[in-house]
Amino acid sequence: MAILLTDCGPGRRRRVHGMLKLYYGLNEEGKAAEEPESLDPCDINGPHFDPELYLNKLRRECSLAELMDQETCMVKQIRSLDSDMQTLVYENYNKFISATDTIRKMKNDFKKMEDEMDCLSANMAAITEFSASISGTLQDQHTQITKLSGVHTLLRKLQFLFELPARLNKCLELQAYAQAVSSHRRARCVLQQYSHLPSFKGIQDDCHAIMDKLAQELRQKFRDGGSSAKDLSECVELLLQLDEPAEELCDKFLSHARSRLESDLQGLEAEIRPYPSASAVKDASARRLSSTTGAGSLTNNSPKTNTLPSPTSNTDILEFIDRGCNEFVSSLCLVITSYQELFINHAQTGELASKNIPQMANAKLHVFVDDLAARYFSLVERRIQEEKGVGDNSLLVRALDRFHRRLQAVAKLLPGSTVPNKGTEIVIRAATERVKQYLSALQSFYMDSLTDVRQALATPRLSVAGASVAGGGSLLGGPASGRDAPTSLPELLSSLSASILNQIKSVLASVHLFTAKDITFSNKPYFKGEFCSQGVRESLVVSFIKFVCQSSRQFCESAGDKGGSTPPALLLLLSRLCLDYETSTISYILTLTDEQFLVQHHSPVTPVTTLCAEAREAAQKLLNHYVKVQGLIISQMLRKSVETRDWVNTIEPRNVRAVMKRVVEDTTSIDVQVGLLYEEGVRKAHSSDSSKRTFSVYSSSRQQARYAASYTPSAPMDTNLLSNIHKLFSERIDIFSSVEFNKVSVMTGIIKISLKTFLECVRLRTFGRYGLQQIQVDCHYLQMYLWRFVSDENLVHFLLDEIVGSSAHRCLDPAPMEQSVIEVICERG
Amino acid sequence: MEDDAPVIYGLEFQARALTAQTAETDAIRFLVGTQSLKFDNQIHIIDFDDENNIINKNVLLHQAGEIWHIGASPADKAVLTTCYNKTSDSRVVSCAAVWRMPSDWETGSHESPDDTAHNPQILELLCHLDDSAHGNAACVLWEPMGDGKRVISLADNHALLWDLQESSTQATVSSTATLEGKGQLKFTSGKWSPHHNCSQLATANDTAIRGWDLRTMSQIYCIENAHGQLVHDCKVKFWDVRNVQEPVKTLEEHSHWLVNCKGGRGGGVHLLHLDLQNNHF
Repeated sequence: MAILLTDCGPGRRRRVHGMLKLYYGLNEEGKAAEEPESLDPCDINGPHFDPELYLNKLRRECSLAELMDQETCMVKQIRSLDSDMQTLVYENYNKFISATDTIRKMKNDFKKMEDEMDCLSANMAAITEFSASISGTLQDQHTQITKLSGVHTLLRKLQFLFELPARLNKCLELQAYAQAVSSHRRARCVLQQYSHLPSFKGIQDDCHAIMDKLAQELRQKFRDGGSSAKDLSECVELLLQLDEPAEELCDKFLSHARSRLESDLQGLEAEIRPYPSASAVKDASARRLSSTTGAGSLTNNSPKTNTLPSPTSNTDILEFIDRGCNEFVSSLCLVITSYQELFINHAQTGELASKNIPQMANAKLHVFVDDLAARYFSLVERRIQEEKGVGDNSLLVRALDRFHRRLQAVAKLLPGSTVPNKGTEIVIRAATERVKQYLSALQSFYMDSLTDVRQALATPRLSVAGASVAGGGSLLGGPASGRDAPTSLPELLSSLSASILNQIKSVLASVHLFTAKDITFSNKPYFKGEFCSQGVRESLVVSFIKFVCQSSRQFCESAGDKGGSTPPALLLLLSRLCLDYETSTISYILTLTDEQFLVQHHSPVTPVTTLCAEAREAAQKLLNHYVKVQGLIISQMLRKSVETRDWVNTIEPRNVRAVMKRVVEDTTSIDVQVGLLYEEGVRKAHSSDSSKRTFSVYSSSRQQARYAASYTPSAPMDTNLLSNIHKLFSERIDIFSSVEFNKVSVMTGIIKISLKTFLECVRLRTFGRYGLQQIQVDCHYLQMYLWRFVSDENLVHFLLDEIVGSSAHRCLDPAPMEQSVIEVICERG
Repeated sequence: MEDDAPVIYGLEFQARALTAQTAETDAIRFLVGTQSLKFDNQIHIIDFDDENNIINKNVLLHQAGEIWHIGASPADKAVLTTCYNKTSDSRVVSCAAVWRMPSDWETGSHESPDDTAHNPQILELLCHLDDSAHGNAACVLWEPMGDGKRVISLADNHALLWDLQESSTQATVSSTATLEGKGQLKFTSGKWSPHHNCSQLATANDTAIRGWDLRTMSQIYCIENAHGQLVHDCKVKFWDVRNVQEPVKTLEEHSHWLVNCKGGRGGGVHLLHLDLQNNHF
């Protein structure tokens, strides 16, 4: 025999257990072993072990020595297994013996217990018997006692009832109403039940009489209202318990409160000035304004100041709102609290809740509050509307804040109320109105500034302390500067521009108060969104910029035909202002606004580009108009000079006519004026000696060709026509075309208009020989000086050429002057 | 007409005077007077054939001088007035006269155009509308839709109402009106209103338009600064005499200088303008 397990050690015992388990078909988990190796018939520990097979296998595979070893090992294992088995059997036997002992002992104990239980049950039966006998003996007495006690109670109740009228009377005397009511309540049901018995009926009638009297007194007390809130509430409570209709009580309470609140409202209304005699107010407000604000303050400029007297001379708006809050709103809150205490909170707990009283009372309260609040709001709104002066916005904002803040108390007391929302609406309306006022203030400031500029332009080089642009003052009453008026155009422009910008900034700062963090309404959605974007940005800033552009355009429309009501320098200055707005100012202002107000554009807003385009258009229009006005001024001189002269009978020219010198002088000064505000611009390259080149064209080929055409009557038409058609397409000059934003382009426009007028006037006249020669001299002189102003000197050549050509055409004796003679005359001056 | 290309007619000389011949009811006819200092001036009679979109022309000689204004009688299609400059001895005088076209001018129209150009017929003078007391005539206006007996001439600052007698061979001044004011005021143009029983006249001087009542010869309205002063500013303004504060309509489409502007017959929709610069219209 050989054995597989060769090694012995600490795990052996375990393995022995395992082998036993295996033997019983159990594995470690207690389930039937299903290991595949156990199927091996050569596994000595497996269930399918086949000794024959195993022996054959050993014999086949092992040497003799190995077989010997196997046998030794196997024998050793068999021995150890045997000893293990003996040990286990012994242990089991011992345990079985001890179990047998225990069972025997328990048997004895139970026997003893059974005896004791029998004894106990016998005792209990005896006790029951005794108890029954005692009850039987006491039964009669007990019934008697109960009966007596019942009679006693009844007697006490009867006594209470009989004494009730007296007691009630006493309570009435002592004004212990609460006690009286509670006593009566206790007796009421009984009296009602037994009212068919005459004696009870009498008592009931007495009680009724007394209670009626009591109710009467309570009502009287309630009506007088002089008592404290606590008394009043007790009074109401008692009345409610006396089945007084709750609705009536609510109404009475509220009407009582109303009379008090209305006196508050009347006090407020008295604060709003009931329009005293206009002149007195005018004086008063004028005095006040002149003393408190600077000369240039916008409040002075508002025409409304005079027509609608501001009551601020009495109480300012903050005081007014304060009074409203402290008197009306706090009384209202008190009324709400005590009313709720009486009719709603109190009633909710008692039996009254079942009668829907809280709901009814609550509805009444809402109507009451809404009604009074509406009146209060209308007063506040009237007062706010009288706030016309835009000097100090903080007062109004603080007043509105206080107004709004105090309404939150109402909101807390009366959760479903519409009052706080309506209050917010008033604040919103006030803010919107304010924005409008600021816009019109800005507009009138702008127009006043323009008037000042006009004055400064009309009185140049003079120190006009009061009428300077700087004297236009600041909106918020800043110090009007006393320095000398800037008189040069660039200075006027920059000071105008700066004062407008300052004004916008100060207005923005004022309006910004509405959105300050410590203001309660600033976190309302309106003030976070719409107020910033639609209110401030669109209605104020954008509207103002548009106003500037529009008013500028109006200068072009009104002044044009009605004879220069707008000085040309102002047109030029405004044009530059609008151009500056286009290039930088507009985007600066809007960026400033957006940053200050953190505008988040939920709704579409006017883009910067649109405004810029508008400003540019205005600038263009103004500049075009400037060109036209200046051109017409020079044109007028030229026209008069042509119209008033007898060109047929004139002497041989010796000099350039004075009017031409004047034209050149005026053109030069216009050039200087434009140069102050606009850049030079580009011009075409000059020829080396522009002034000398005059009329070479005229005196040579072209003009000769034209004469030739006129001299031959039969066939000139075609060539003349052709040359004219050619001219129509090749050299057409657009006289009133748009000018560019530079000096040269402006000057070109003015000169074009002037020379074109000259040409048209010449065409209406008839010239003699010397008349033509005078025109030649004049035109040469103009050529000498005008070319330098224009972008393309050929333009001047062309127009002057046309003038000389036309006068030659209108000449009875066209004998042109020698070019050299012309030059001599012109150089002599 | 809108579908057709504009018809262009070339003149030999420059021209400023244009009128529609309202007495001619069969054809669309215009009269144009030329301006030339050196040659005999002409009156071009231009018939527009709107069916074929072509032009027929005839030329009459106007030897008295260059024509600044022309007016056709509303009653007799052969009668017309001109204002013209007469130059004599280095003096230029503005005159006005009533003329009759030679009776057979129309027969020449069927000959070749060259023929008429070379042998133009001459206008027959009916009478002068000159009054030495009243300066230079700027324009002559026929009574609209009248019987061809009454004309108004504007001379310097006077408006003269003439009665034509003896088949228009005699003219007498029946009444006058004078424009008073600072400086040398001068009528430049005028129009006899066809409304109000032909009792109103509108005149232009400088930049003002004035209305006159012909029964009393007194001014009834005045529109100051009605138009741009010196250079014509390419605008046509329509005015309503009942409201002289604002123009009814302003046209700015014209790119050329407008020298003369007349309302067409068909409800005033068509406007004809004479382009001075280019001798075309």
